[in-house]
Amino acid sequence: MRQALRRLQQAAERRLPALTRYRRPEPLPIELHRRRIYIVPTGFGLGFGVLLLVMLLGGLNYANNAALLLTCVLGAAAAASMLATFRALHGLRLGAIQAGQAMAGDPLAVTLAFESAHPREALRVSLDRDPAAAAFAVPAGRAEVTLRIATQRRGWQALPRLRVWSTWPLGLFRAWSWLHPQQQVLVWPRPEVSGPAPAAPDGTRQRPRLHHGDDLATLRDYRGGDPLRHVAWKASARHHGLLVKDFEQPQVLQEWRLDWRELPGLDPEARIARLARWLGEARARGLRWSLWLPGDPIGTGSGQAHYARCMSALALLP
Amino acid sequence: MNPFRRRARTPAAALDARVFDPLCLTMAVVLAVHAPHLPAWLTAVLAALLGLCWWRRRRRRRVVPGWLKLPLLVALGAAVVASYGTLFGREPGSALAVGLLVLKLLECETPRDARVGVSFACFGLMAALLFGQGLVATVVVALGLLPALATLRALEPAHAWAGLPRELLPGATLLGVSLPLAALAFLLVPRLDTPLWGAPNDAQATTGLSDSMSPGSFTDLLTDDHPALRVSFDGAPPPPEQRYFRAYVMWRYDGRSWRHAPYARDDGAPVPLVGRDPLRYRVDMEPTGQRALPALDAPIQVPAGTRLSRDLEVVRERPVRDPLSYGMQSVLRYQLEASLSDAVRRRALQLPPGFNPRALALGQDWRRRYGADDAAIVQAALALFRDGGFRYSLAAPPLGRDAMDDFLFGTREGFCEHYASAFTVLMRAAGVPARVVTGYQGGFWNRMGEYLLVRRSDAHAWSEVWLAGRGWVRVDPTAAVRPERVSLGAAAAAGDQLGWSHAGWLQGLRDRWDIVNRWWNQGVIGFDALRQRGLLAPFGVRDADARTLGLLLAVASAACAGLGLAWALWRRGPRDPVLAAWRRLESRLARRGLARRRGEGPQHYLRRAARALPAQRQELEELMRCYLELRYAHHEPPPELARRFRRAARDFHPRRVVK
Repeated sequence: MRQALRRLQQAAERRLPALTRYRRPEPLPIELHRRRIYIVPTGFGLGFGVLLLVMLLGGLNYANNAALLLTCVLGAAAAASMLATFRALHGLRLGAIQAGQAMAGDPLAVTLAFESAHPREALRVSLDRDPAAAAFAVPAGRAEVTLRIATQRRGWQALPRLRVWSTWPLGLFRAWSWLHPQQQVLVWPRPEVSGPAPAAPDGTRQRPRLHHGDDLATLRDYRGGDPLRHVAWKASARHHGLLVKDFEQPQVLQEWRLDWRELPGLDPEARIARLARWLGEARARGLRWSLWLPGDPIGTGSGQAHYARCMSALALLP
Repeated sequence: MNPFRRRARTPAAALDARVFDPLCLTMAVVLAVHAPHLPAWLTAVLAALLGLCWWRRRRRRRVVPGWLKLPLLVALGAAVVASYGTLFGREPGSALAVGLLVLKLLECETPRDARVGVSFACFGLMAALLFGQGLVATVVVALGLLPALATLRALEPAHAWAGLPRELLPGATLLGVSLPLAALAFLLVPRLDTPLWGAPNDAQATTGLSDSMSPGSFTDLLTDDHPALRVSFDGAPPPPEQRYFRAYVMWRYDGRSWRHAPYARDDGAPVPLVGRDPLRYRVDMEPTGQRALPALDAPIQVPAGTRLSRDLEVVRERPVRDPLSYGMQSVLRYQLEASLSDAVRRRALQLPPGFNPRALALGQDWRRRYGADDAAIVQAALALFRDGGFRYSLAAPPLGRDAMDDFLFGTREGFCEHYASAFTVLMRAAGVPARVVTGYQGGFWNRMGEYLLVRRSDAHAWSEVWLAGRGWVRVDPTAAVRPERVSLGAAAAAGDQLGWSHAGWLQGLRDRWDIVNRWWNQGVIGFDALRQRGLLAPFGVRDADARTLGLLLAVASAACAGLGLAWALWRRGPRDPVLAAWRRLESRLARRGLARRRGEGPQHYLRRAARALPAQRQELEELMRCYLELRYAHHEPPPELARRFRRAARDFHPRRVVK
């Protein structure tokens, strides 16, 4: 049944290009206007309509004008709520999309920034063919809502179609619109679960051995924030300002040189997975590392930003 | 199929207090509007159950076990059957519906449950109007829609909850906005001439006058201030002492009460009434559940669907169950039944044997004293009431078996019923044909609305005697005792027995309120198929049938939809007044051929404009300086600067470029 419906839908989309006009990707910002907002009664709305008919018949049959008036008021309010539902979407703008970072297989957080001239409530956005919806409200101005997109493989991934919908205010009507932003998100490769450690890099420059943090290295001027117990009181007494004993901090002494070329005999995806794992380990241990990739050698660095740069480079390998 | 699928719903879908509170409030309103006709104990039990549901939810104990729900359901059905004897009909049906609605609260776990509950609550609110469609009842029921709408709003996600009282306001706005469309639909939905299925059963208690009268039976009526009739006259209203509205004529007396003979005398013969100068008037009548329509003495022309009996009672084919409006003509000076047949005379002299021996003796004594002069006997009886130490009192002492003897020779205290009854008995004892007439007398002239308001407390009883050559003549023995009763009305006659509610300052308010009620009865409740057909008469459509009305309804709905769409599509311009002024300036310059180019900033644009319009160069440069300062010189520009720019932009009109 569902299969048949889907086939019917696809056939209709092939035949009637107007149906698909707003299904093609389009650049940001996307503003919802009347030509792309659809509205139908919900199941509850249909049931409520039947109830109104029953009430109308009852009022007419018993020639009870007060009941008839009440029914008319309720019916008119239901009709007016349709306009309110439409207005909940009309004029809404999808201004920007910010993608998070995720490895293939993990959900990727995508933050949508909506803009509106007047406050809106009870909007919902969901991915095409995904029943889970994120609810959000937009005050006059801007609001962000985060969706999670399933990822499968590394590399650029086009955003799926988004459905923005609302049943505000009474749940009698559902207005919806399709958003298909021309935007891609980058999915990082998934690291392998386990494997060998990187080979000890040859020619590692051994820095002078760094001491654990209780060996006095030198004296320097006091700077704001220095702990008082590090102040060299005796030495300070002979000086104008305070002197502070500077201790050697334990430092990253190791530097990993990760190199695509040093992993022969593996197929490219396995190489990428291994490099990704090493990158993760290096970041977790606080090491410094460099990464050589074909066509994209990346220098030495450490920290989250460096990690992200290396992972993105891995993701983009052919 | 997995039978437990429904239970496995996500807990996120469960209802929280902000849904449950307005839902409980909706149910409470439904219960309250039905309370007047539910048994008191059922109302109490349901209210307690409702409170319990609310409290349970407060305490976060969620699911009510199934084994509790089924017995409650059975108990509800049993209670309704025990109380009414059936499950069907208007009262038992509504009791069952309200009970089910409250029980629904026990199993409101999902938004779907709440929506179903709200829908049926709307139906329950409407059902309450089947029991009474007064203005107050309708407004209360309409207010009951507010918590229902608030519940539906609370079911929407990501909705900032502002607290229950403030949440009711948007619903009121929605209802207010939809009133024009509702009014159009109300006017134009084609009414049914005949009901599709059985009309409501007539279990409704009758109020007001009844077709029998025994001394003392009016006591409740005389303190009942509900309106009975509203009468508007073509021309001047009759003077107070002529405002007798007759409803029932009573012939049979059984020693205790007077009874109305159910229209037995009607043989289709024309009513032997002669009168002049008919008075036209229109009566808006509150429902009584009876067939008699009160008419000003004496009616000569009656509305369609009614007939005039030989006793001048106006009788309708069906009982009056809804407010009714009818036009009539009456004559104030008339002669009724100039000759009396023997059979009628016998009925008009009937007295139960073995009752009231002293009264009979008094009547026979008068006959001996005055001979054949019936009018003198009438005067003698009135003189007795006037001078015999009789008092007018709403709190008359009870009477024994020979009620009229006790009254005439014992208590001597009573009101219209006592006097009319005693007078008629005395007349019959003396051999003068007589009968009792009940109806309304007096009324209050509402100067603002120019109509006569007759309340139930204006119910009155008087007598008619048949005098040779004059026919039936109205005699009001109460007037002999208490002339104010006739000239000023029931309230004046009762003196201070009615308490503070008749205070003068209240009267003005009551007048205004009564006008509103009359308007509601005439305009809304009385708007039936007949009046709907005449609705379009001012526009040249003589008889608007269902087709025309349907077409008009479609056109009106389309017009409303157009207005609504215009509102929905309407987009506000920029909120920034400076920007708005700048845009105006731009469009003015553009009309002179100086449109701003893409990528041209305000400075370059206005410089270019100044070059093109050398005559206005100074103004333009001043505008430019002002705008640049507003935009770039301040973090928060001073308001007077913004004002200055707006004024300058408004006053700037580019002159035609001379080429």
